[in-house]
Amino acid sequence: MQLAAAAIASEAAAFQFTGDLNGLGSKLALYAFKKVNKVIPDNGSVGSENKELPVEFLDSLLLGEWEDRMQRGLFRYDVTACETKVIPGKYGFIAQLNEGRHLKKRPTEFRVDKVLQPFDENKFNFTKVGQDEVLFQFEPSENNDAQFFPNAPIDIDNSPSVVAINVSPIEYGHVLLIPRILECLPQRIDRESFSLALHMAVEAGNPYFRLGYNSLGAFATINHLHFQAYYLAMPFPIERAPSKKITTTSGGVKISYILNYPVRGLVFECGNTMEDLSNVVSDSCICLQENNIPYNMLIADSGKRIFLFPQCYAEKQALGEVSAEILDTQVNPAVWEISGHMVLKRKDDYEGASEGNAWRLLAEVSLSEERLEEVKELIFESICCLIVENKVVTETTIEESAVTPQSHEDMDALKGSHHAICLCKIVCYGVRAFFQARVRLCMWVEAPSPSFCLARVVLDQPIANKVLPQKEGGSRKT
Amino acid sequence: MEPQLGFVEQSFDLRYTGWVREALNELPDCFTITDPCISGHPIVFASNGFLKMVGYSKDEVIGKNGRIFQGPETDRRAVMEIREAVRAERAVQVSLLNYRKDGTPFWMLFQMCPVYSKEDGRVINFVGVQVPIVLRKTRLSGLGISRNEINLCEDTVLRCCRREVCSDSILELRRESVSSSHDDRDVEINEPCDASELEKTKASAATSNILSVLTHYSELTGRLMFLFSVKHCQDWPQLLILLLLFLEHAIHRTDALLPDMPIVYASDAFMKLTGYARHEVLGQNCRFLSGIDTDPTTQFQIKECIRSQQACTVRILNYRLMTDCFLQIISLELLLFLTLLLFAAFRKDRTPFWNFLHISPVRNASGKVAFFVGIQIDDHCNYRELHGLRPEMRQLSVVGAVKVAVRSLSMGASTS
Repeated sequence: MQLAAAAIASEAAAFQFTGDLNGLGSKLALYAFKKVNKVIPDNGSVGSENKELPVEFLDSLLLGEWEDRMQRGLFRYDVTACETKVIPGKYGFIAQLNEGRHLKKRPTEFRVDKVLQPFDENKFNFTKVGQDEVLFQFEPSENNDAQFFPNAPIDIDNSPSVVAINVSPIEYGHVLLIPRILECLPQRIDRESFSLALHMAVEAGNPYFRLGYNSLGAFATINHLHFQAYYLAMPFPIERAPSKKITTTSGGVKISYILNYPVRGLVFECGNTMEDLSNVVSDSCICLQENNIPYNMLIADSGKRIFLFPQCYAEKQALGEVSAEILDTQVNPAVWEISGHMVLKRKDDYEGASEGNAWRLLAEVSLSEERLEEVKELIFESICCLIVENKVVTETTIEESAVTPQSHEDMDALKGSHHAICLCKIVCYGVRAFFQARVRLCMWVEAPSPSFCLARVVLDQPIANKVLPQKEGGSRKT
Repeated sequence: MEPQLGFVEQSFDLRYTGWVREALNELPDCFTITDPCISGHPIVFASNGFLKMVGYSKDEVIGKNGRIFQGPETDRRAVMEIREAVRAERAVQVSLLNYRKDGTPFWMLFQMCPVYSKEDGRVINFVGVQVPIVLRKTRLSGLGISRNEINLCEDTVLRCCRREVCSDSILELRRESVSSSHDDRDVEINEPCDASELEKTKASAATSNILSVLTHYSELTGRLMFLFSVKHCQDWPQLLILLLLFLEHAIHRTDALLPDMPIVYASDAFMKLTGYARHEVLGQNCRFLSGIDTDPTTQFQIKECIRSQQACTVRILNYRLMTDCFLQIISLELLLFLTLLLFAAFRKDRTPFWNFLHISPVRNASGKVAFFVGIQIDDHCNYRELHGLRPEMRQLSVVGAVKVAVRSLSMGASTS
């Protein structure tokens, strides 16, 4: 349900940029991303060295702007002062003790039993944020290259999408991607907005920069279309979970069940083109929305893997079916919690955090196996024209699901030299914490740019972890 | 006069505990450690990689001076440079022709770095890293290893890269240098051979690793001081690996770090442009830093900011040109020496210049400030936008990257 164009003018009035909102003096940096179609190239033009911007530019821009806002005191608290740790265990759940977020976060202002609710301009929405909280515009570029314009005008008629800070951050670099902010779209995914989010993940090219989405009823707090993202240079537990393929669509998108994980769900990957992947996922989300099934969605691995978690926690809560113990933690299992990053409000919970506790909490969120099967059928019905093979069920192990298929390899090979200088991938390998990186990094060997060789050289050295003896009492990630 | 083998080894073990040899041998690099305190400046440790490379056995090397690897074609000037560096107690990096036990010569990049003792500031060891140089036609001198410059077919490049991929086995390295010298008939074996960026970086990385091992095993914890260098701040990979190494020390040894003994990182770009090559700054003792004509109020401002754990940007006077950002990481108590280091007496050129220094506290996963990061941008030369990103933004983005890295990396390593 979108507001008519006539309403845009009145909404724009609330947009607090400096200067006259009719276009005079309203300026905001613009990052124009390359619209990727991910066709298998024959001449290597996609992702080649002709790119104007270095691949880590979006990271630099985002981190730089974020740090700038941090030093200007725009955040409610310093998230880096919040203690955090990896819980020992197979999956490595990440716990954070954050007392301030709960107290200082904007409260949820709408009913939690309906996934689709109309936009309400009287409630808080992102056009009401201070101008300083908006970092830059994020739009597709006109030509084939990514470009950055530090002082672009805000084209109100063109309905810009923007990146803004989250003033109650979960982690460093926590931002909001708000598609077509002035159109005041309610929190619901459509093809265009999902494509924007996916492009951002791909553009950042950083597996530690993930985007997440919470639908209404799945702990979204603001009914204004937005995605969240932040940096965490550790693998999320969900990324370690194995998967079992269900089918492949005609566009090459592989859909699988998530296995061995407290929350059941689906994972989407591959696709002949990015558009194929984007459409399948957004259509699936739309299907859930229309069937009033709350869900959370995570875009991981620089846009290569997308997790979809239908959930039922809010419903259970309302029916009083959640144990008091779990309710007391006051953890609302949104996309980050489900992915394995738990923000805890009480010190006792943090001190006593264990993989068992995390598992138990998340298990409450999950649909049952039968229910997920039903949901999956619903989804498949709505994307039926896209499915080619019928229920080819093959067991895949962690290694299998980690190996990228052909189309990804090509993409990776082309981006080899760029990937190499991506900080987090390299660090990840160095810390040996991201199991997939072992496989991926070898594929990125193709282009021996100096800095890549540098990175490889450094990585071949054993790191401090290996050389130094274990500290007593510590659990070190290997 | 060669001292007894047992005595030599013993002195090394006493200083670092017996476990250090095992740890050092886990590193794949070729390196030796010498002790200038013992007469004859003998080798007290030689890595397995090194022994394989030169074809000697351990007993044939320990207790001997490094000159046994030199031969008739070895450039005397390079040797003099090394001797001078030993005498002056500083680091050096030269390309050197060495000989194996069987008499075959090979070129290698030799990077030597002193290790100081806190107590009296004297050098207690020299670490010498040897990186074999891949020969190439010198008439195509260039900008380091790249596809275009290697006249030999792409095969060589792929061989080099494949070498990195299949973790350096020394045998492969020998094969590389021997076979390429056979292929490359135009190159005289004794023509001076420049190391590529790749090799230099490898040497630095190896040095860092060795020094970190030594620090850890030193019984006199925190009594060692050395300067690392990281590449230009855009090269986050090496920065972050070194950061990890540094973190191990900072987190567990902050209390042991004495105020006047900083462990500092400074980037390549900074070194290059102060007129010294990176390797010459590596190993600079704080004794070499002298007070400079800097505005004392600026110094005070920096101190105040650090005391209150705030970020700040100051404009300071410094020496020589620096045309790019560089990164320094200092431990908490060492503000004073940050100031001194910035104004460091790089004596080659005392041309003053202005630059912007941005300092910010960086917290680790426990939420406490672990250290400060200082990022500097030259006022004159590079005060321009890069791709539209202002220099201040670039500084801040490095701060951000460091914060993410430190927080995430220390998350997994924390004990709490």
